[in-house]
Amino acid sequence: MPPRRPPLTTADIARIRDDFPVLHVRRGGKDLVYLDNAATSQKPRLVIDTERHYYEAQNANVHRGMHYLSEIATNAYEEARKKVQRFINAPLTCEVIFTRGTTESINLVAQTFGRQNLHEGDEVLISAMEHHSNIVPWQMLCESCGAKLKVIPINERGELKMDEFEKLISPRTKIVSVVHVSNALGTINTVKEICAIAHKHGVPVLVDGAQAVPHLPIDVQDIGCDFYAFSGHKMCGPTGIGVLFGRAERLNLMPPFMGGGDMILSVTFEKTTYNGLPYKFEAGTPNIAGVIALGAAIDYLDGIGMDRIAAYEHDLTQYGTQVLQSIEGVKMIGTAREKAGALSFVMESAHAHDIGQLLSDQGVAIRAGHHCAQPVMQCFGVPATARASLAFYNTKEDLDALGAALRKVNEVFA
Amino acid sequence: MAGNRALYEQVILEHNKKPRNFREMPDATRKLEGFNPLCGDHFTLFVKLNGDVVEDVSFSGAGCAISKSSASVMTTLIKGKTIKEAEQLFATFHKMVTAPPDAPIDEESAGRLAVFAGVREFPVRIKCATLAWHTLLSLLDGKASPVSTE
Ligand SMILES: Cc1ncc(COP(=O)(O)O)c(C=O)c1O
Repeated sequence: MPPRRPPLTTADIARIRDDFPVLHVRRGGKDLVYLDNAATSQKPRLVIDTERHYYEAQNANVHRGMHYLSEIATNAYEEARKKVQRFINAPLTCEVIFTRGTTESINLVAQTFGRQNLHEGDEVLISAMEHHSNIVPWQMLCESCGAKLKVIPINERGELKMDEFEKLISPRTKIVSVVHVSNALGTINTVKEICAIAHKHGVPVLVDGAQAVPHLPIDVQDIGCDFYAFSGHKMCGPTGIGVLFGRAERLNLMPPFMGGGDMILSVTFEKTTYNGLPYKFEAGTPNIAGVIALGAAIDYLDGIGMDRIAAYEHDLTQYGTQVLQSIEGVKMIGTAREKAGALSFVMESAHAHDIGQLLSDQGVAIRAGHHCAQPVMQCFGVPATARASLAFYNTKEDLDALGAALRKVNEVFA
Repeated sequence: MAGNRALYEQVILEHNKKPRNFREMPDATRKLEGFNPLCGDHFTLFVKLNGDVVEDVSFSGAGCAISKSSASVMTTLIKGKTIKEAEQLFATFHKMVTAPPDAPIDEESAGRLAVFAGVREFPVRIKCATLAWHTLLSLLDGKASPVSTE
């Protein structure tokens, strides 16, 4: 354990903001207020420069050439894998598989583990607060093999009903797949407890960490999950790169996802021998620049410290909640006791889309809609919400700007 | 604020707040639902037809300011018109909201619909503005299945 460092100060945040060129885009004579981090985070110069440097000085295919550049590229690529391993405390480097993102990671598990292990009448257990990317892949699987999708309900605060969860596990349950932090509600789920309960019944667990990795220190061994999926672009990395962590003993038993180059040891027309981990699941030329730049994003986050980021954002989340609650007619959607990142709300005076539009014109970027979580909207009986979502480079001033812009919405729609 | 002042014209805000003909019509000769799944806009349109004349028209449901005010303004314009006239009005409206942002507005033919010209600058809102109209035309056309913008 590195020594504990002091909390992030206003001066630290000001320095951090200077690392992000986009945060200085001007709107109406002011810096843009970016509160749509759950959709995608901004990128620090280190990540942008690393990607450029790769193309300018290192570009070659990996695991193929004997030449100088290929060696450099391969080393950088594999070095990034080790960074990811350390970042989420995976036991083995080969348990880190690079994918296009959370969506692909979940589809990978559904199409390999799922197809291999689920049969007619078996069950997949997800929750009522899943992103569509943790619903649809399982529905597709269920459709193909005759399995059933079961759903853990949520309470009025937007927390999982844990007592119902255990009751929903049956002898037919073959996998539990739940979100760590909800993108629509901000709820932090007790995934460690979920894994312990599921494992008691011998059921493996996939955790969708897309909204957790950017905000909290992640330790997959402590959580105890079998699979953990996340996206680079939500944690200061580039788009098109993501990770699936899987426990080696599970991954080894699973069939490959896609066939092609790199995932094989030898190919003849009679028989192909698959490569070992992690290459078995990385068919074709990967997103090399993306992987290396994701490694840079991890260096950047580590440089600040995920524990300090989590503590700073915790305060910011509370402050943002206060700001929102001070505005007439605002109703928070998702009031879980443990929240990170996302503040979803509706207003009496205006529909979410009208809020989003008026805010945009005042230089405040938020998201309005169903946030790829239509079932969550149905739970709360709203067609859509407005959502401000935070990152460590946001400030109380950003949230004050949000508050002022919302008061303006009330004025316009009064 | 320039862009959105143009989008949220006073007339639009006013119709959003106090929509006209915003009621169910128990004795409607036809009714039809319209959805915009992406935004969650959801309206039901009611008409009372006398031959091919729209004797009465009303709507119920919920949606954003643009979709709701557009439905409201539409009902005020359609009442007493023939089906053919309604279709012509929609053609004018559709042409206006889908035109490039810098295209001149034909104020004369657009009439009271001109307040929606600002929608041209916000392509994602065109569906909001046209939802009620699409629903109305399907309804007048005798269609029975709900209208969806997707
Ligand atoms: C909770 C959650 N899961 C999954 C995803 C999908 O991530 P991606 O689109 O990067 O694959 C998102 C992103 O929107 C998310 O918020």
